[in-house]
Amino acid sequence: MIRFVTQAAAALVALSAWCLALDRAAAQSDYPRRPITVIVPFAAGGPTDVVARIVGDHMSRTLGQQLLVENIVGAAGTTASTRAARAAPDGYTIEMGHMGTHAAAVALYQNLAYKPDVDFAPISMVAGTPVLILGKKGLPPRDLKELVVYVKANVDKLNMAHAGVGSVSHVTCLLLNSIINVKPTSVPFTGTGPAMNALVAGQVDYMCDQIVNVVSQVQGGTIKAYAIGTAERNPALPDIPTTREAGLPEFQASAWNALFAPKTTPRPIVDKLADALDKALDDETTRKRLLELGSDLPSKERRGSAALAALVKSEIARWTPIINAAGPMN
Amino acid sequence: MSDLLANLWLGFHVAANPYNILFCLLGALVGTLVGVLPGIGTVATIAMLLPITFGLPPVGALIMLAGIYYGAQYGGSTTSVLVNIPGEATSVVTCLDGHQMARQGRAGPALAIAAMGSFFAGCVSTVLVAALGAPLTSIALMFGPAEYFSLMCLGLIFAVVLAKGSVLKAVAMVVTGLLLSMVGSDLETGAGRMTFDIAELADGIGFANVAMGVFGYAEIIRNLELPAESRDIVRTKITGLMPTRKDLIDSSGAIARGTILGSILGILPGGGAVVASFAAYTFEKKVAKDPSRFGRGAIEGVAAPESANNAAAQTSFIPLLTLGIPPNAVMALMVGAMTIHGIVPGPQVMTKQPELFWGMIASMWLGNLMLVIINLPLVGVWVTLLRVPYRLLYPSIIVFCCIGIYSINNSPTDVVISAIFGVIGFWLVKHDFEPAPMLLGFVLGPLMEENLRRAMLIARGDATVFFTRPISAALLITAIALLVVAAMPKIRRRRDEVFVE
Repeated sequence: MIRFVTQAAAALVALSAWCLALDRAAAQSDYPRRPITVIVPFAAGGPTDVVARIVGDHMSRTLGQQLLVENIVGAAGTTASTRAARAAPDGYTIEMGHMGTHAAAVALYQNLAYKPDVDFAPISMVAGTPVLILGKKGLPPRDLKELVVYVKANVDKLNMAHAGVGSVSHVTCLLLNSIINVKPTSVPFTGTGPAMNALVAGQVDYMCDQIVNVVSQVQGGTIKAYAIGTAERNPALPDIPTTREAGLPEFQASAWNALFAPKTTPRPIVDKLADALDKALDDETTRKRLLELGSDLPSKERRGSAALAALVKSEIARWTPIINAAGPMN
Repeated sequence: MSDLLANLWLGFHVAANPYNILFCLLGALVGTLVGVLPGIGTVATIAMLLPITFGLPPVGALIMLAGIYYGAQYGGSTTSVLVNIPGEATSVVTCLDGHQMARQGRAGPALAIAAMGSFFAGCVSTVLVAALGAPLTSIALMFGPAEYFSLMCLGLIFAVVLAKGSVLKAVAMVVTGLLLSMVGSDLETGAGRMTFDIAELADGIGFANVAMGVFGYAEIIRNLELPAESRDIVRTKITGLMPTRKDLIDSSGAIARGTILGSILGILPGGGAVVASFAAYTFEKKVAKDPSRFGRGAIEGVAAPESANNAAAQTSFIPLLTLGIPPNAVMALMVGAMTIHGIVPGPQVMTKQPELFWGMIASMWLGNLMLVIINLPLVGVWVTLLRVPYRLLYPSIIVFCCIGIYSINNSPTDVVISAIFGVIGFWLVKHDFEPAPMLLGFVLGPLMEENLRRAMLIARGDATVFFTRPISAALLITAIALLVVAAMPKIRRRRDEVFVE
């Protein structure tokens, strides 16, 4: 009798273990079975959000489930990233992080609640938005070399705008200032809209901003663009020289956006997402829409989790000394 | 002129396309709903509906999203009048007289005048957008941080002036609002201020939490204090659903003045629309023959701010359409929507995409017309709602408010914060403090602070910049003058009252 009970119990345990394993494997092979939330750390309509929606549109078709964008705004994107790091690692919550949230934040925030290189499972880089050096319409210098001279000479009188502490425009301008070795008065704004407004109105003298916000203003002649911080010229603004051509090759800045999942998300799920993203980045329509925005699309070598993990590490190492050197109040 | 007519003809041609009319109607309906329901705001709604617009043609998508925006302005005034809960920051002032009118059985005329005033304002400001877009933009560009700061100061003085009680208490409320708005992250360093390490406060206390608490919950607590028979919102007979001829004549001036103020202030990126509604109300109070009627159910007190906020909602499209720079969060979403559809908004949209530009303008007019047609018949429905016994009404209000607040950030802390403000609001009301100035201080506080610091940064610490720049000086002098004018009669009267007692 006892033998029977023991054997039955053992069989039951084995069966349930097998079912659980099967279920887990099934969960992974059936992934996704419901819509996936993509947390975007910035307001809807901004560059990161637009990229997430364009790419998510195609990925939804590959994966067979909708990718829903959830905008969680605040604290330069760190609120959203904290929430994403703590989300359940089942592949149904991922985040579109970027250069600010997953590299610059480390140096900017003392009490950052997450570690970008440790608390996330990197999926793949999505697209980069090249950063341009901009000046107001009436600014005297005609090209980048003249601008450098002008800024160095007039640093006390010049005002540099940025979209808020921790934003791409802030961090990249810190880089520019450290290369030129100046410390101008930096005027913070709440977002690129007001900052661009001030530049167009001539209330500030120069700033760095992502190409998405800039194209129409440059084409309309309301502001001046001096150079773009990528290796090649951008098709959206073919007349703007690269920083290499214009004489400041150290300024290489492109706000990269990438997809991240919580730390312990199972490998097969991460791979499936990376694969779907890969297909999206190869799709003609998606590429066209992203290129129209001026995005810098990654080649095959720059895609995938390993490349992203390396990128995060190198970016943290790159931005930390620049931000620390700029001092606490900037 | 003929150019303008030709363009408008093109615009109407685009807007009158049956699909675009449908999108306009849909947007207006959703917008009205969003405005009426507490908590969930235009920004969240548009963000949620953005993916749906992917499959739609660009002009149609933008027409729908724009419809949501100005539809919400119409809807926001409904809750202000009925239950004293402002749907948006711009509807706060409507609560003052609108709800008093509702209590006197005149909710119908209040809502109807709000709709009519908004329609008139919408028509006029659409024409302004069409005809004067570019010149108005250059005026807007002249407003730097110093000018904004002075405008906000003026706005705060408006808040003091519009209070019907003591000036000192109004000033105290404004300052309290300013202090509350300081909670959050510092602009320049990102450091937390008065957040007590509560993560949800890192971006400040939300407007909806304070508004719902101080206006909604406090009102409910105060009503519950009264004996059961006198709790119903409307204790007198409901006299009529439509405004009387006298109402229409009284409001016509208010509507005109509100429209002008709203159109001008709406162009200014940032807090233009909120200041517009307060400015319109204060202006009416100042030019009225009998200012003591305000705060007790004066119809001009509903007509003026409603016209102002709708005019401001329309003219806030100007910086977006002419410069491509979004003046507020909703417009930033529109930029995003345009970008997703492959239209890059900018200074050249008017010339490169005339059907989009003029189509949107024409559909703004159509949207206003549709909203009036939707809202006027609904007035009867809303008024009937007021007759529901209070013991059934107030739990529903509380539930809707809680759901609305939770839906903003999926955060239970927000609901707790609004409850705390409910208790605080009750205390304030019992001690004759008015919540409207506090709310204005709360809304304008961050704008004032940012612009003050920016102006000082650009001027390298020279505080006289506020007086050396002409527009800023003019605004500040007006503010000081207004404060003196407001304080003087009250001081004299209080002295008389003290003597009488």
